[in-house]
Amino acid sequence: MPKKQNLNKVLVIGSGPIVIGQAAEFDYSGTQALAALREDGIETILINSNPATIMTDKEMADKVYLEPLSAEFVKKIIIKEKPDAVLPTLGGQTGLNLALELAREGFFKREKVELLGVNLETIEKAEDREQFKQLMLKMGQPVPESTTINTLKEAMEFKEKIGLPLIIRPAFTLGGTGGGIATTEQEFETIVNSGLSNSPITQCLIEKSIAGYKEIEYEIIRDAKDNCIVVCNMENLDPVGVHTGDSIVVAPAQTMSDRDHQMLRDASLAIIRALKIDGGCNVQLALDPHSYQYYVIEVNPRVSRSSALASKATGYPIARVATKIAIGYAMDEIINPITQNTYACFEPTLDYCVLKIPRWPFDKFHAADRTLGTQMKATGEVMGIGRTFEDALLKSVRGLEIKRYHLICENSDNLSNEELLARISKPTDERIFELSELIRRGVNIHDIHQITKIDLWFLTKIQNIIELETQISPSNWDKDFILTLKQNGFADRYLAEKYQMTEMEFRKKRMELGVIPAFKIVDTCAAEFESHTPYYYSSYEDENEVRSDGKESVLVLGSGPIRIGQGVEFDYATVHAIKAIKELGKKAIVINNNPETVSTDFNISDALYFDAVTFEDVMNVIDNEKPIGVICQFGGQTAINLIDQLSNAGINILGTSADSTDLAENRNRFEKALKELEIAQPLGTNVSSVEEAISKSAELGFPLMLRPSYVIGGQAMEIVYDNEELKEYMKFAMNVWPGQPVLMDRYMIGVEVEVDAICDGETVFIPGIMEHIERSGVHSGDSFAVYPPQTLSDEIKKDLIESTVKIAQSFQIKGLINIQFIIKNKKAYVLEVNPRSSRTVPFLSKVTGVPMAKVATKATLGHSLLEQGYKTGIQEEQKIISIKAPVFSFSKLKDVDTALGPEMKSTGEAMGRDLSFQKALSKAFKSAGINFPHFGTILVTIADKHKEETLPMLKRFHECGFKFLATHGTAKLLSENNLPVDEVAKIGMAQRDLLDDIKEGNVQLIINTITKGKNVTSDGYKIRRAAVENGVICMTSLDTSWALLEAIEINASGTIAL
Amino acid sequence: MNEINAFLYLEDGNEFTAKSFGHTPDSPVLSEIVFNTSMQGYQEVITDPSYCDQTIVMTYPLIGNYGINQDDSEAITPHLKALIVREYCDHPSNFRARQSLADFLTNNNIVGIHQIDTRKLTRLIREKGTMKSILSFKQLSESEKAELFKQDLPTNQIPKVTTSAISHFPSNGGKRVVLVDFGYKKNILESLLKRGCDVIVVPYNTSFEKIKEFSPQGILLSNGPGDPKSILEVLPTIQKLQQEYLLFAICMGHQIFALANGADTEKMKFGHRGGNHPVKDLILDRTYITSQNHGYCVKDSSIANTELEVTQINLNDKTIEGLKHKNYQAYSVQYHPEASPGPNDTNYLFDVFVDRMNEVHHA
Ligand SMILES: Nc1ncnc2c1ncn2[C@@H]1O[C@H](COP(=O)(O)OP(=O)(O)O)[C@@H](O)[C@H]1O
Ligand SMILES: Nc1ncnc2c1ncn2[C@@H]1O[C@H](COP(=O)(O)OP(=O)(O)O)[C@@H](O)[C@H]1O
Ligand SMILES: [Mg+2]
Ligand SMILES: [Mg+2]
Repeated sequence: MPKKQNLNKVLVIGSGPIVIGQAAEFDYSGTQALAALREDGIETILINSNPATIMTDKEMADKVYLEPLSAEFVKKIIIKEKPDAVLPTLGGQTGLNLALELAREGFFKREKVELLGVNLETIEKAEDREQFKQLMLKMGQPVPESTTINTLKEAMEFKEKIGLPLIIRPAFTLGGTGGGIATTEQEFETIVNSGLSNSPITQCLIEKSIAGYKEIEYEIIRDAKDNCIVVCNMENLDPVGVHTGDSIVVAPAQTMSDRDHQMLRDASLAIIRALKIDGGCNVQLALDPHSYQYYVIEVNPRVSRSSALASKATGYPIARVATKIAIGYAMDEIINPITQNTYACFEPTLDYCVLKIPRWPFDKFHAADRTLGTQMKATGEVMGIGRTFEDALLKSVRGLEIKRYHLICENSDNLSNEELLARISKPTDERIFELSELIRRGVNIHDIHQITKIDLWFLTKIQNIIELETQISPSNWDKDFILTLKQNGFADRYLAEKYQMTEMEFRKKRMELGVIPAFKIVDTCAAEFESHTPYYYSSYEDENEVRSDGKESVLVLGSGPIRIGQGVEFDYATVHAIKAIKELGKKAIVINNNPETVSTDFNISDALYFDAVTFEDVMNVIDNEKPIGVICQFGGQTAINLIDQLSNAGINILGTSADSTDLAENRNRFEKALKELEIAQPLGTNVSSVEEAISKSAELGFPLMLRPSYVIGGQAMEIVYDNEELKEYMKFAMNVWPGQPVLMDRYMIGVEVEVDAICDGETVFIPGIMEHIERSGVHSGDSFAVYPPQTLSDEIKKDLIESTVKIAQSFQIKGLINIQFIIKNKKAYVLEVNPRSSRTVPFLSKVTGVPMAKVATKATLGHSLLEQGYKTGIQEEQKIISIKAPVFSFSKLKDVDTALGPEMKSTGEAMGRDLSFQKALSKAFKSAGINFPHFGTILVTIADKHKEETLPMLKRFHECGFKFLATHGTAKLLSENNLPVDEVAKIGMAQRDLLDDIKEGNVQLIINTITKGKNVTSDGYKIRRAAVENGVICMTSLDTSWALLEAIEINASGTIAL
Repeated sequence: MNEINAFLYLEDGNEFTAKSFGHTPDSPVLSEIVFNTSMQGYQEVITDPSYCDQTIVMTYPLIGNYGINQDDSEAITPHLKALIVREYCDHPSNFRARQSLADFLTNNNIVGIHQIDTRKLTRLIREKGTMKSILSFKQLSESEKAELFKQDLPTNQIPKVTTSAISHFPSNGGKRVVLVDFGYKKNILESLLKRGCDVIVVPYNTSFEKIKEFSPQGILLSNGPGDPKSILEVLPTIQKLQQEYLLFAICMGHQIFALANGADTEKMKFGHRGGNHPVKDLILDRTYITSQNHGYCVKDSSIANTELEVTQINLNDKTIEGLKHKNYQAYSVQYHPEASPGPNDTNYLFDVFVDRMNEVHHA
């Protein structure tokens, strides 16, 4: 079955900004899809509002539209471009929902555009919980007893009949948004309400809870000839009840016999056949651990996070094959790119064990509810590949970058067994560590199994690790024993501690003993066929399969799991670095452990080492490949943090040196350096105790900006206004980062700008400057930012350029540098210097047309900027205005305060571009998913200090057609100023208060600047959370509110009286 | 678990040390070494009579995870010589587990070794082909090894595994099938019984006349171990059977069916053993994932001057996977439609077989 006829131009829908539940995996799948289409000579059009992705690079498609992912814009593009077909199955839930919306309207039919991969009926049958249930019943596939409801009343009726616990699953949402398991009456009501408000069609499925069953996933593919294969099955270590995205997952399934496996395989294939999906699909099942009873949990009729994981776990490129199928190929016509001599129509078989651990944002959100349930909370994940389960587990643990190199439960010394046992009864991110500690203390794994329902097989494996621990003694240097430890994944760093030496010393002794890892190939076929794909993982086995080709090589360090503050932007830069190295004719090697990303696609580099980005693992790769050097500046703080150790080990750091990096990151040296350059910075100092902090604060004066040194994403950064807050912060910081000084700066309010530059040691080229919309105090990752700057004078710009050039040159930067400034009273102050690729690189690369990471990579490899055609100074500004908007995932994170501050909270970004600032703003809001109202009611809850400043803004809102709701003080002020306002009671002060108005949908927009900080009982916090829970837009910065007003104004047709 | 050292010597000179987890005989074991790529289903694999006299390397590294249960064995006694795995699991976890894999192997006098780089082993077999191997629990001298490698591998396995007596599995009014046993897997029998057939299992060398006495409606030639040419004496029987009865042949049966019709078989480099082999049905234009276990195959070039037609091929190496006779109601597949272990994709072939018996009957 050859390619479909008349298919010359295809529109691919991307997944938009990164949010919890929909992350970099769709950049990976989208990138593969575009490549697969182009191979067949198909002209590709892409729409995706996320600038931080590889797929939105100009050269990835024939045309890239960085426009909002809404029906409006997709339609416009279809009308303008007239594609023959639309491919929506690679853009996650976003892509699918958009396709569904347009298909329902009949838009595709009208425009004669074919929908590839799925059809309307399939999407509805798979995604509509009720229709899906009916289909399962018809097929005789078991589903738990359930009902579909559209109102709370219906839900209550079902509850009366079945009884609790029940699970609430909203229709058409991603990552389980709004759902959960209810065990009490009150929980039930709350969750049903939130589920209904989160479902775009106000529909939830209420279902009998089957928590505790094994949760098993099947990744399957079908083609139009009805050939079906299972790419991979996966078993969740956390039983049903914890979202698969939040579960530790193992591939292949470990505790099922062939009979169990075939039963579930048959069910999965029957389902994909009944749904007639042409492409990839994910089936989730629950299996009773004590019988053959199973239930179908759900089906995702598209590629998903799990399919990205399955692709990386097996080497089978699901997105690529799914795309080929969508354009008409049968699987037995598609070559398996890994072996290059077998076909895509087979089932991969693994000869290793793969394990994934999610990466949660709880290190940033101390107040967040860490309980894991049916709603996903993780922002990213790591994967470990090992020849033993223990190896895969411990590799993943050390790759998480949560400062743990082993199954160590932090701060557990004071906890009794009873307390720990109580803790593990609730799944949290810490559970795996807590139960390890319990096993260490001799608690029987059967007891742990009783409480957690985690399969004994997994618990036994953890017990193996603990047993090995007990055999370690500083004098036990038996080679076989050390080898056993390494085969079981024990980290050098952990062992070094146990053997009472430095990691370097341990490493040396281990190598002297001849305990050195071998690298194995991931080949989809367990070595049955020869494979040439350079996709490797380390293992302490006999045979090393890596053959050197003698070519000069360069190692690039990846950025590990995606977390708040270190997102897909860093993978973007990594991929560009790889491409640049290849362009120079050298062998590009990458090490990374993030299964979601493009950088870990084996097609990208010349050699992919799927291992943790830690000193130990990086050194192993270096020993094996002997590269001419290592590039650390693209892998975010993960890679930067290794510079020192690598440099000390005598490794050649390509680009900015360890010393220069330290100059930028070491507070004292940095201050001195800037002073010498006569460049201003906010007054500040560092302090190491509460007393010191108090005494120094007197010199600097409040408010103060506090933060620990050496962290990324403004982690744990706070503004304090008085001594009390200062003390509290110091205690917290000394506890979490013992021995690390706290940086204390004067908090300066001004315009914040960012400058990214490339330097080869002499020439300093600046592609562009970005100006923040919000004044300083909102983290750069959370603020709207515009290129080119809109309010800066030429003089200030000149100043910024001069300072940047001076800093880059004197810091001896080789590669990228990012400088943040605050402009106050026409003077620029340097906030910080990042001697590495920054979050803004993909955005700026796209809007300025300078492939920054590539140019920087080439500069670090000896190709001067002049040689590449770049001179010192700034590139001329572009005409088009581009605005970056932050995107948050607050609805997934219960209890997190949404107020913006110096600590980063956003998970992704989107872009708006247009010829006018206001139009660009309007698009930026839309891209970020903020569907702002054009008229209605605004709840105004603002701090006293902001009131005067707010009035002119509210007047303009009123002109657009808004009225107001406010509590007594503000209401009085507004009515005095002739603004229409309804007074409403403060929270808890009357029968009805403002929260009721939010819940009942009487408010379209909230402007809220009161009571920020840690106080979760404050009114401000309650309002902000109520906004999230009820899907109301809430602005916590006046500057963003101004921007929103401008966006509304450009969209609104006002009313003008004669 | 006993952690006795084990030594594995390959014909090509490669040597491995490992640990034992099964039977530890005093004298070294000489056998043919092959690999299997199934990730699940080790119980079915080790009890499959087709592995008679062989040593199996499982490519999936973690084996024994769900123990041994009462239902999944393909024959009462296993006939393989040894099992080699990367890591044996001594703590099985599955509701049906009755015994650990180690106990099962030990009770059945089968060698089991682990803690060995099975991927390297697999690569060697892939590159050099299936070869002789020696498993020993004490180190052997060069001359001892040489002496052993000089010996021939045992042949003629089918007589060892075939049933000695005729057995009848009656059903009420179902179609009668004679299952000719070259070393059948239990699930072939069960696949027929499940479909209401009345099955008579007969030894591989049962005469045509004897079979005729049972007045069957269909004949099924089963799978079995070793070289099909070791039992050329059965070919005349097959030639007669196919003229008179609907005949379906699986694996070894398929190879014998081919030989009986003038085609030839040959030894493959390292065979097909696993549950993920794609087979393309040339008539239906569909590809199925199949369960396979064979070291010999029908020679492609030998079909031309026969009355056979190739109906299915392996998508990867294009070897013959299915044949049918141009004049008789006789056809065969090289793979295992009865699965166990492996995918059930081609179970439908048993339906086809039963349906055809009905048709033949009506005709
Ligand atoms: N009936 C149920 N009882 C208990 N837990 C369930 C039930 N159904 C689903 N879950 C859990 O909720 C998680 C999310 O449900 P799912 O339907 O997969 O939603 P999503 O679309 O967010 O992936 C599942 O991974 C599973 O662990
Ligand atoms: N001295 C200061 N005065 C005012 N705002 C500041 C000051 N220091 C930091 N900030 C604010 O905090 C945010 C985060 O600080 P930054 O030093 O950039 O941390 P990170 O390393 O997380 O990027 C900045 O974007 C800025 O808005
Ligand atoms: Mg799900
Ligand atoms: Mg910053």
